[in-house]
Formats: sequence, structure tokens, C-alpha cells
Amino acid sequence: MLQLRNIRYAVDGTDGKRTILDGVNLDFNDGEQTIITGHNGSGKTTLAKIIMGIITPNDGTVVLDGDDITGLSVSERARRGIAFAFQQPVRFKGLTVGDLLEAARGGKPTRAELCDCLSEVGLCAVDYIDRELSGNLSGGELKRIEIAMALIRKCRVSVFDEPEAGIDIWSFDRLSGAFAALKGEGRISVLVSHQERIMRGADKLVVLDGGKVARVGAPDEVLKHIRSVSVSACGRLAGGENNGKRA
Amino acid sequence: MANALNELEKRLLAQVADLEALPQSGAFNLRENGKGVARGNSAGVEITPKTDKSGIDISVKAGVKGESVHIPVIMTESGLTDLVYNDFYIGEDAEVVIVAGCGIDNCGSQKSQHDGIHAFHLAKGSRVKYIEKHIGTGVGTGGRVLNPVTEIFMDDDSAFDMETVQLGGVTTSVRKTTATLGKGAKLNISERVLTSENQTATTYFEVDLVGKNSSVEVVSRSVARDGSVQEFVSEVRGRTACFGRVECDGIMMDNAVIRSSPRVSAENVDAELMHEAAIGKIAGEQLVKLETLGLSKQDAEAMIIKGFLK
Repeated sequence: MLQLRNIRYAVDGTDGKRTILDGVNLDFNDGEQTIITGHNGSGKTTLAKIIMGIITPNDGTVVLDGDDITGLSVSERARRGIAFAFQQPVRFKGLTVGDLLEAARGGKPTRAELCDCLSEVGLCAVDYIDRELSGNLSGGELKRIEIAMALIRKCRVSVFDEPEAGIDIWSFDRLSGAFAALKGEGRISVLVSHQERIMRGADKLVVLDGGKVARVGAPDEVLKHIRSVSVSACGRLAGGENNGKRA
Repeated sequence: MANALNELEKRLLAQVADLEALPQSGAFNLRENGKGVARGNSAGVEITPKTDKSGIDISVKAGVKGESVHIPVIMTESGLTDLVYNDFYIGEDAEVVIVAGCGIDNCGSQKSQHDGIHAFHLAKGSRVKYIEKHIGTGVGTGGRVLNPVTEIFMDDDSAFDMETVQLGGVTTSVRKTTATLGKGAKLNISERVLTSENQTATTYFEVDLVGKNSSVEVVSRSVARDGSVQEFVSEVRGRTACFGRVECDGIMMDNAVIRSSPRVSAENVDAELMHEAAIGKIAGEQLVKLETLGLSKQDAEAMIIKGFLK
């Protein structure tokens, strides 16, 4: 189980401290898929990066299987079994798709593994493994390779930040299947997403609003609630206060 | 005589020419410590020593396909300065791979220097793949100096693909490459340079696009560590309807310095020329991405540099 306890994070703004996350408590159970959603700037990506250790919270703890991992570096968390797919994939001059999948797997993958992994994101290994991860790949291709790097690691916890961004509808179908398969393997998956189709396939939906957990529950129930409330001009959910409910 | 190579010679040969021993087939010329020590011709390639100065003439017959020529240089003596002139004559429609390069192992206190002046004359429709690797090794305090000069004269519709790599350990290098391209000729140059400690590496590229529809593409990637200094200077002149592109990327680490001066001169309204230069440290997002895969920061840096210089 992955647990976030009283996570607080603020950054320096023009008018003093700006709170990004304010006392977030969440549990992510084994075999469970959780979608984090919310309007722009609600703290979703920050929360995802705190799980991976890319951002260190000002307060609070991250606990994996009973161990406090808040002080562990990104590499140490990766070795503890956390995978992360960025919203904006990184380009590498000179490194090929094959090089990065090998690094992600921690050893040379077999041809079959490469084929399986890339086909999960709608790409053919033969066409891609020797291609450089630089400007000659489209944004959608880079995004799918980014997701493949997380999938091939077969980690205990996989975090995907807006995996649907830049993906065409045909590839999206395949991705939905890959995310569904993660649940069947007993692993924890956390997806930051705005895509209703992804939300409907999840076990749990978390709505962030103003850095707080505004709602947690089954997707149908939470989606129904989201539609029932109005959104203020500043983008905050009306009545979207943290209901104190812990996941 | 180099027919029985010792371990050091074998290692240098492997590093600069990917050879484990002297070739049993194909044309080759091995130069060691300022002297030609082994040579072989093939059906399509003839190598003859120059009579007026140090060096060789390499003639590739017209129409020859799939042949290779290896002309590595190794230096294992400290205090030696070697100047050599090699001229390549590539016949019409010939296709050949030429592997050159120099490895200097200097375990002494005196400077070891190799200056290789290579001139390529490509006849119509000929194609050359030219691979040149340079490396310096040895624990001595003496300098390991390499100054390669490459002059390329390309007739109509010929193609020259050049891969030049400085693998490290070279104290000082000044690399000069000039080219003149005829109609429809294509020149591709890929340069990779790694420097560290207090080494210096300077590169000059000068390309004249004279023939209509000729093209050149230069991609230079360099990594400078410690207190090393690198300088990249290029000029592409488009005198007719032509295409030219120069890309120079450098990664700096520690207290290193990289200077880049790419210059393009269009002298015809249909000349399409461009240059790009980017110098900086390793991007933080690249390091973090590799750390999310479980690599330490040091391993992530090593992987990025290895890929960048590949």
C-alpha cells in the first residue's frame, strides 16, 4: 500500500507563499487504480511528482508498504519499485528507444519483451527501437515511448501524468487496455487524467481542488457529483471543500 | 616489423580502426612511429608510397564496389613528431570505405605529435565513407598532439560521408577540414569530440558549395569536462542553388569552455543555408528522467554523454 499523509507544499509567489498542496491524505491500495483529477493548477502533477520524489513536500510523509520513503531520492524510490511517466516527455540526443527501454528494464530486454511493451502503446518495435529519442519523433510517439518506459519496469507503483495528452484515439484504445491490465497484476497505478474514459475504468477517483482533496470515491459517484456542481469563474468547484473523507 | 603486433599496438589498432590484427584481405597501410610498416593492395585499390615526401597515394579504380581501405597510424614512442601526406584518388562511380585514425600512447615526458594531411579527389559519381578516430593514451607527462587536415574535392554527383571522432586523451588537436563540391555532390560530416583535464580541441570546417544542387550537412557534438577548452569554427559558402546545414551541440561540465562560431555565407538567391548551435550543461530534466528509471546521477550523466557522443 502507498500512503500520503498530511502532504503540504508551497512555493514562493509574488505575494508571499503560494500553497500548491494543503494537507493531502490518500491511500492507494494494492491492485487498485486511482485517477487524480481536478482543474488546471489544482496540484495534480505536484502530487504525482511528490510520490516519485521529484518534488519534496514541505510537510507530510510518503509511506510505501509501511516504510517512510519521504527522504529517499528519485533513484532510490525507483529502485524501491516506483515508476513515473512524465506529462512532457524528455528528448535525448543520441540515445535510442532501445537504449532507454534497456535502462528502464535494468538490463537488455529480449526482442519479445520489446515487441510486447511497445505494442502495448501502439508502436512496432522493429520501427522504433533504433530511433533516436530526439526531434525526429512526433509528440505522440514520444509520449507513448515515455509510457512504455514505465510499463516495461513492471513496478509495484506506476505513476502516469496525463498519459492521454497528445495521443490519438486509436492508440488511446490500446493504452486503456494497458492501464486496465496493471490492475489485474496486483500493482498500484496512479494516473493524473482529465479523460472520462480513463476515469470510468479506474477503481477510485480523487478530485483535487485548490490543493485539497475535494472528493474521493467510485468513479460513477464522483463524476455525478462533478457534473452537479458549478464551477466558479476562478475555476474552483463550488462547494468543493475537503470533505475530510480519507481514501 | 608490425606483422607480429604487441598488446599495446593491438589495443591502439582496435581503438582507432576496429581491427584486432592486420587485415588479411582488402587494402591497408599501417604506419607506426613515423614509418610505414605493413602494406597490402587489393584488386581494386592500389597503395603506393610517395617518393618526394612522407606518405602514400591510394588509388581506387573506377567502378569498384564494396572495397575497404584501412590506413591506421599508431605511435608508441615519446618525443616523436610525424608529418604524413596521404592522397586518395577515387575513380568514377567507385564505392569504398576508408578507415583512418591515429592512436598515440605516450608514456614519456616528451611530446608526441602526428599531423596527417589527407586529400581526397572524388571523380564523378563516386561514393566514399570515411571513418577517422583519434585517441591518446599513456601515463606519461608528454603531450599527445594530433592535427588532422582533410581536403575534399568532389566532382559532380559524388558523395562523401565523413565520421570523425576524438575519443579522449588527446592533449591538443587542431582539426581542419575543407571541401569543394561540384554539381549534385553531397557531403555529410559527423564530428564527435570528448576533452577533459586541460586539453584543447579546435575544429575548422570550410565548405564551398560551387555546383548546382550540391549539399552539405555538418553535425558536431562535443563534450568538454574539467578545465578543457573546445572551439568550433565553421563556414559554409553557397555560391549557387544549394543546401547547407551546420549543427553544433556542446555539453559543458565542471569548468570547461566551449566556443562555437558557425557562419554561413549565401552568394546566390537560391542558396539555402542554416546553422544551429546549442551549448550548455546536461539538462536537469534528462537527469531526472533517467533517475526515475533507477539510475544514479553519475550513471545518468554517463549514459547521456555516451549517447550524445555515439
